[in-house]
Amino acid sequence: MDKTWNNKAWFLVLPVLLLVGFSAVIPLMTVVNYSVQDTFGNNVFFWAGLSWFEQVLNSSRFHDALVRNLVFSLTILAIEIPLGIFIALNMPRKGWGVPVCLVLMALPLLIPWNVVGTIWQVFGRVDIGLLGRTLAAMGIDYNYATNPVAAWVTVVVMDVWHWTSLVVLLCYAGLVSIPDAYYQAAKIDGASRWSVFRYIQLPKMHRVLLIAVLLRFMDSFMIYTEPFVVTGGGPGSTTTFLSIDLVKMAIGQFDLGPAAAMSIIYFLIILLLSWIFYTVMTNYDARR
Amino acid sequence: MLELRNVSKIMGNETHVSDVTLALEHGSLNVLLGPTLSGKTTLMRIMAGLERPTHGQVVFDGKDVTGVSPQKRNVAMVHQQFINYPAMSVYENIASPLRLARLDKATIDTRVRKAAELMKLTPMLDRLPLNLSGGQQQRTALARAIVKDAAVVLLDEPLANLDYKLREELRAELPRIFAEAGSIFVYATTEPSEALLLGGNTVALSEGRITQFGRTIEVFRRPDDLKTAQTFADPPLNTLAVEKRDTRFLLDGGVAIPVPDEARSAPDGTYTIGFQPHHLSLSPANPDAVGVEAKVTITEITGSESFVHLAYGGFPWVMLAHGIHHFDVGATITVFIDPRHLLVFDSDGRAVRRTPLAA
Amino acid sequence: MAKIELEHIKHSYLPNPVKDADLALKEVHHSWSDGGAYALLGPSGCGKTTLLNIISGLIRPSHGRIVFDGTDVTDLSTQERNIAQVFQFPVVYDTMTVYDNLAFPLRNRGVPQAEVDRAVRDILEMIDLADWSGRRARGLTADQKQKISLGRGLVRADVNAILFDEPLTVIDPHMKWVLRSQLKQLHHKFGFTMVYVTHDQTEALTFADKVVVMYEGEIVQIGTPEELFERPSHTFVGYFIGSPGMNVMPVKVEGAKAHLGSAVIDLPGAADTSRSRRLELGVRPEYVRLGRQGHPVHIRKVEDIGRHKIVRADLGGMEVAAILGEHDELPTDAHVSFDPAGINLYADSWRVDLGGQNG
Repeated sequence: MDKTWNNKAWFLVLPVLLLVGFSAVIPLMTVVNYSVQDTFGNNVFFWAGLSWFEQVLNSSRFHDALVRNLVFSLTILAIEIPLGIFIALNMPRKGWGVPVCLVLMALPLLIPWNVVGTIWQVFGRVDIGLLGRTLAAMGIDYNYATNPVAAWVTVVVMDVWHWTSLVVLLCYAGLVSIPDAYYQAAKIDGASRWSVFRYIQLPKMHRVLLIAVLLRFMDSFMIYTEPFVVTGGGPGSTTTFLSIDLVKMAIGQFDLGPAAAMSIIYFLIILLLSWIFYTVMTNYDARR
Repeated sequence: MLELRNVSKIMGNETHVSDVTLALEHGSLNVLLGPTLSGKTTLMRIMAGLERPTHGQVVFDGKDVTGVSPQKRNVAMVHQQFINYPAMSVYENIASPLRLARLDKATIDTRVRKAAELMKLTPMLDRLPLNLSGGQQQRTALARAIVKDAAVVLLDEPLANLDYKLREELRAELPRIFAEAGSIFVYATTEPSEALLLGGNTVALSEGRITQFGRTIEVFRRPDDLKTAQTFADPPLNTLAVEKRDTRFLLDGGVAIPVPDEARSAPDGTYTIGFQPHHLSLSPANPDAVGVEAKVTITEITGSESFVHLAYGGFPWVMLAHGIHHFDVGATITVFIDPRHLLVFDSDGRAVRRTPLAA
Repeated sequence: MAKIELEHIKHSYLPNPVKDADLALKEVHHSWSDGGAYALLGPSGCGKTTLLNIISGLIRPSHGRIVFDGTDVTDLSTQERNIAQVFQFPVVYDTMTVYDNLAFPLRNRGVPQAEVDRAVRDILEMIDLADWSGRRARGLTADQKQKISLGRGLVRADVNAILFDEPLTVIDPHMKWVLRSQLKQLHHKFGFTMVYVTHDQTEALTFADKVVVMYEGEIVQIGTPEELFERPSHTFVGYFIGSPGMNVMPVKVEGAKAHLGSAVIDLPGAADTSRSRRLELGVRPEYVRLGRQGHPVHIRKVEDIGRHKIVRADLGGMEVAAILGEHDELPTDAHVSFDPAGINLYADSWRVDLGGQNG
């Protein structure tokens, strides 16, 4: 649908353009600038061409972090999306339970990232944490600081705890928009519980699910604060995701050139993956 | 005067409105009549400025307003759904366009009360819209459209979501309200009976084209083409393909219907004749009436009249007969066609007349 | 198919109803015969949809029992009652094809594939969507979707009853005629027990053998279209059925004479009305004769609606509507008289039997 044309509208967009320019484009260009130069300090820079990019792309350290990150994102998607749908399906549609559930669901979303990390860091500690001590008392070898599996489980569970609510709320919004007549018709048609889900609820949630998957994917692919607070990327580098690795490189080792190159690659990967996700899912939508 | 000049609207590869030229006078009531997807809503949106035509111009009082936004056009619109501000009282709802226009308090009050009186909303001014019945909610929306004194008031099937009886009551009141307001009213509907009750002018639409524009009763009585006649018939128009031989239309079984005077001079050949269900009767309405045999498919009784659905050859007909009649399904009965009210269309669907009636 | 008995049904949407006004449905006690076509007619909020949902089992009544063919089904679920229902707004399974939508209720019940295919093809033919069978339901227009909903209601041959909740609301007038007569033919052919809820009198009267008129949670009259038209037992029935509705005029009665302002009208018989507080005369516009005899009136307005004219006249300050034929002329110096066959007397809104009249 096209709207009435009015050139003055451009002036309204100008502040946003300026803001985006300052907040995104200029910093990004600085990074691009670093990524093609080398320095030995004293603000003296040399042209390095694409060598940093080659170095990053060929380093096993980058490959490992990338794979780790992908595995992490897919794991949490595989848990959070079905779990979120399941919880949303079982939430009450009317009565006093609705606000209670909504508030409970919203709570984890309101907690700042580093607080979430701190909570789980303490919660899981073997010496003083409730979870850590309980598990230890049950004879389970759990120590996220030394055991890679324990570290992974902690990071995944923490993310699920923090973010499933988002999926739940989005799905719930989709579900409540389904008119009663659909459920009544399904009853009359003799549809099973599964058919109701498959042919009424899922199609209606499908749009919000697309948004949920995209949001959760992008967010988890950029995850930094929580694992940083809990494990610091360890033990070893078993929970060193891309962003943690990037910070280690840029601030820990002060390798500005490779770090800059890596951020650009990182940025492009997210862009590419998000685009693939989006196209695949919207095409699927169009085909139906 | 609101003019549309060769207006078309194409979206993707679908043509919603095709080459529409139309001039609407101040103080007139114009009914856009056509089935769903005939372009009524698109045409209204173009008139409102919500949509820009792909081709053509919209001209208001001689000024080209094609690209002008709705806010600057002095138009008001009422939709099928009851759209009011839920958190505002009826009074505030009606007052809202006047407050936006920054009128002084006293003027607003007088005008709101006048509009409320016109719409019979005075006792409900302090209530919230959602506590009102559907009819009252839509009256509120109508009052808001009228209070503005907009030059053009667009009504898109405003009564479609109301109960039948409420619709009937509002329909009877609307022409009076429109006459008092003096704006250009454009009223979209799918129902022929609504157009007839409102009177004014009718724009008959079919597949994005105007098939006829004229006084409502004229369009009803003398449609220019078959499409218009069909759009403007409820119950549906009865049609039949016939052979014209000189002064007679030949039907199967040796039956002949005299050709109406108007079509006498047309060349011999195949024509389609059409007649309204109430021009088909169980007894001859006059000496010229021609009896034909048709099979009863179903009879519907409304209390004082009967709709008898018939099959004549492959043509489905409906007869509106006075009184209560029960016929067995499948029975063959003789029905009479009144040749004085015959509509004659040529093979292109155009009405055959000696002198086409100017709109 | 089944006989449906409603035994002392009451319903309230409140947990603890205390007064009559809390009840959405006040005491319904009736029995509907096997294979009958019934219409529940009334304005919004009269309880007709509540009653329908009680029959289908979507609502459990606060009081009373529902019996199908002698079996108490009050506590049975919708599936167990084996009912089909069509809703006001289209309910289609978006991701399925048109064909699968229609096959869905059959497949859920494990009907063999060959039988499913035969039934679905029959329905596709009937609702005129055979060419669309492979299309996904998502992209269809509202009336196509509603046809699918209707088809899903009709596809099962073994249902106890088919219930319709204003199914033609979103359908174009033309298609309404086609679908309505098809429903009626289907009823004739298979003898389903059908219950049809609507606010549209034409739909109710033409569809049903028996029309159930509801008003404020109560059944005010059950009758054939003829009975409802000729002898409305309540002024509401007179008003709600017929367009325009019955003229209801306050009168004073002495013996067999009614005094309407200064006019004196002969009643068909005398009745004892001494204990009634409010007496009204009810005459349908169809029984109001316009001519040179009778009581002088002042003509307010004439509405030409094509096949006839509605004349609004003023009889001593009372508005009286009359029907005038398509080609009848309005007499100069008009008078009205009432056809004795169409005169009804109402005491406190309920009809008084005057004797000498059948009905």
